[in-house]
Amino acid sequence: MLFLALLSASIALADAPVLKLWHGYRGGEEQAIEQAAKAFTALTGTQVELLAVPYDALSSKLTSAIPHEAGPDVFIFAHERLRQFHRMKIVAPSVALDRSKYLAPAVDALELDGTLYGYPLSIKCLALFLREDRGFAAPTTTAELERLLTQAADPSKNQFGLAYEAGDFYFHAPIFFGFGGVLFKPDGRSQFDTPAMTSSMKWVKSLQDRKLMPQEVSGALVKTLFNENRAAVVISGPWFTGEIDPGVPYSIHPLPIVSDTGLPMAPFLGVEAAFVSSRTRQPELAQAFAKFLSLGDATVTRVTLGRQIPAELAAYENEVVAKDQMITAFRAVAERGTPTPNTLEMARVWEPMKLALRAVLQGGVAPEDAGALADRRYRALNREAPPTTSPLPWIIGIVIGLLAFVGYQLRAGRGTSFARRFPEAGRGLLYVAPAATGLFVLVIIPFVIGLSLSLFHHDAGDYTFVGLANFTDILTSKGYRITEPLSFYFTLVVTLVWTLANVVLHVSIGLFLAILLKDPLLKLRGVYRVLLIVPWAVPNYITAMMWKGMFHQQFGAINAILGHLGVEPVSWFTHWTTSFAANVITNTWLGFPFMMVVSLGALQSIPTDLYEAAEVDGASKWTQFRRITLPLLKPALLPAVILGSVWTFNMFNIIYLVSGGEPGGGTDILVSEAYRWAFQRNEQYGFAAAYSVLIFFVLFAWSQVTKRLSGAEPA
Amino acid sequence: MNRTLSRWKLFALHAGLSLLCAATLYPVLWVIKLALSPTQTLSMSANPFPEAVTLDHFRDVLGSTDAQGRWLFGRQLLSSLVVSGATTLVGLTLAVTAAYALSRFRFPGKQSGMQLLLVTQMFPATLMLVPLYSILQKLNLLDSIGGLVLVYATSSLPFCVWMLKGYFDTIPRELEEAAIMDGASPGQVFIKVVLPLARPALAVTALFSFMQAWNEFILAATLLNDTTRFTLPVALQRYVGEYKTEWGHFAAGALIISAPVMALFFALQKFLVGGLTAGAVKG
Repeated sequence: MLFLALLSASIALADAPVLKLWHGYRGGEEQAIEQAAKAFTALTGTQVELLAVPYDALSSKLTSAIPHEAGPDVFIFAHERLRQFHRMKIVAPSVALDRSKYLAPAVDALELDGTLYGYPLSIKCLALFLREDRGFAAPTTTAELERLLTQAADPSKNQFGLAYEAGDFYFHAPIFFGFGGVLFKPDGRSQFDTPAMTSSMKWVKSLQDRKLMPQEVSGALVKTLFNENRAAVVISGPWFTGEIDPGVPYSIHPLPIVSDTGLPMAPFLGVEAAFVSSRTRQPELAQAFAKFLSLGDATVTRVTLGRQIPAELAAYENEVVAKDQMITAFRAVAERGTPTPNTLEMARVWEPMKLALRAVLQGGVAPEDAGALADRRYRALNREAPPTTSPLPWIIGIVIGLLAFVGYQLRAGRGTSFARRFPEAGRGLLYVAPAATGLFVLVIIPFVIGLSLSLFHHDAGDYTFVGLANFTDILTSKGYRITEPLSFYFTLVVTLVWTLANVVLHVSIGLFLAILLKDPLLKLRGVYRVLLIVPWAVPNYITAMMWKGMFHQQFGAINAILGHLGVEPVSWFTHWTTSFAANVITNTWLGFPFMMVVSLGALQSIPTDLYEAAEVDGASKWTQFRRITLPLLKPALLPAVILGSVWTFNMFNIIYLVSGGEPGGGTDILVSEAYRWAFQRNEQYGFAAAYSVLIFFVLFAWSQVTKRLSGAEPA
Repeated sequence: MNRTLSRWKLFALHAGLSLLCAATLYPVLWVIKLALSPTQTLSMSANPFPEAVTLDHFRDVLGSTDAQGRWLFGRQLLSSLVVSGATTLVGLTLAVTAAYALSRFRFPGKQSGMQLLLVTQMFPATLMLVPLYSILQKLNLLDSIGGLVLVYATSSLPFCVWMLKGYFDTIPRELEEAAIMDGASPGQVFIKVVLPLARPALAVTALFSFMQAWNEFILAATLLNDTTRFTLPVALQRYVGEYKTEWGHFAAGALIISAPVMALFFALQKFLVGGLTAGAVKG
């Protein structure tokens, strides 16, 4: 009997269906979801393959994989992107969902035009964390909170009252709502230049000015301040409980009511749900699995192991969960929350709001002007689709062009026979064919498609032909002033300065080192050379992350060194000059070895008797350098400089990972700007492609100039 | 060159070079310190040497397993090696033949083809990602090591071809003609005469192909959907979260990934100087 059961189980296992689940969890949450998946396998015999993708990369991976039939059957994501997922047709309605089993706002968040998508797993929102050992009562109004903070803070001892990530709109939103702010009017339009915006900004700025809370707060700083008892109050979410040191006594409370308005600070409510892919080949099984994850034992596992706040009502009746103070406290907080709107417009609010918030907190913009700033950026990002035009004239033009080209080629070849002109054509083409085929399919075709994309407008999977509208919008800087970081010309100037600064530094440092190292009699020469080449061998995204860490305001090595020299810690990424300098320093470190090696090779090819002759003639070292070294270096160095300038011009990784465009997109270069339009601003591929085409034109023009300079083909 | 450097000058030279080396190596030491320190966070300290040493981070990264208990790091390392090795092999084969033809034979479309190669390098790679994804789907190469290898090999081709062509141009044709006189077939000439002479350039090209595939991460993260087949850089991405970075694990992983490339660099560095410039001088 047992044998039979085992046998049937193993048969079931052999051709058992496999479900794929993609998620963005780490740590305890990841363990919990793995355990829940195992439980599902034990119950049904269905194997589950899990894939953990970093949360910020998950959405674009989903939207590209699922339509191409390469995606998962079930994926876990926050509900904010639901509208976008729906428009790209990658989510299926949750047919087996029973509304009554979950918290009402959690289900509401998953509703789209009367249909429900996904099974709610957990909720996330902000709450107030209070250190219990300070003897303060939980504040219920902002007036009480301010009184508490004034007592708790002591600027002379570097003690603050409150700490939270004030530069992030997710954290500012409850304050904004508490002061009566409204993101979207009933007609769906938005207007941020309102009194509520001003008063919420003023309030936060005044807390910072009175030193009740620190400047430029990061998540890491919040953690440190709370654990070291240098902040009595913290605003954060459920994940913060994992950051608090054991032994620190704390309690969790709802955010206070704003005294001026009488409105509660209502945090955004994020609902994480298990969504079923619209392209799954096993819809019933996928629905069953998604439902399984959201209920019963799976919920308990997610709560106890993953420390999630469950969306399922029954979970709160569970003995273990009911006793868990953190979970019950957050449930009370969640009841005041409003689900983050799952609209496309909401996705475009974050960037403008963050820009305005940081501008106010850094003192560059008055609270009164913040709304206007956010409005302008919001409008610029929400480009309206240009009018659709007919592609016919373009098609005719391209056909005529091609015909003319072919005709010209035939004419040029007239007279001499093909075999005489190209006696080795057969062999040559044979040798080139494999490379040419590969290049054609995987480089040339994507390149041509990339070029032609610039004539289209892309919106949630649909392309419409718009002619040159993308280009005119970019070149006339539509929607923003020429001097704003979003404008093409501003970014172009930044890119040119960036390229020039880097190339000059690379070449001068590289050449200088090469001259020091060139003497063959120098001892340890090989050792020095090996050590100086190291930066070249480090992958550039690692270099970028490493320097990003070194430029960290509180914990970075650079500020530590400056501290030893008696310089105040520099906040590298809040000012354009320092932020730009940080990028340049990183890229210089990474780039000089290449120039050094090239220079070394070129120097070694210069005959030494030239210098000896010059010495005899009494030429100074400087004259020797100018008259012999430089002219003879030129042929080797120039191609390297050209190559280096093209690499630097498109050096995406460093900009994106080190400064990330801060402050306010000011240090973005053209490539990173194109990337943002393509992947962070509602997939405006057409607009991004137009940017890329312009980059291409700039570099093409540059290559023509350098061709003249070198007097030959550039390498 | 001045053959008799005075003692003082020599001292100054060594002091200067040591200082520059120290400045160059400081960030690397800092990463080593992060990898060896027991915490996951950055610490406010200018000292590049660890105060307390533990191998925990290395152990965690090297011993990472998945939900089924499979040894993830081992599989990912293998995947990285296969991808980079195959890319080097495929890329070099394609580049060598094409570069030789471009250097030696005349055939229609040669000049415009070479210009086109250069031109495609000026278009930002990120935007090619969108069409590339659809093409790979049509070829049934999504989520496969083979697809990744082909993409890597072709995307590094323009650079490799240009470098190798430049080097082949510097090899005198007389050598080949002599070999033909001695009765060698064109194939033999290519394999037995030209390739051995081009060894420095081949080494450098191979190094670059390998390095590009070994280090690349955006394409790999987009195209691969199976944790056990991830290349190491994609695996490393897991330690760098939007809200929380596990600096200790990241640093240990970064060192593990950089080590093979550094070793290759040092092994091949004598070719680097010659291989890079010989082609470049000629253009």
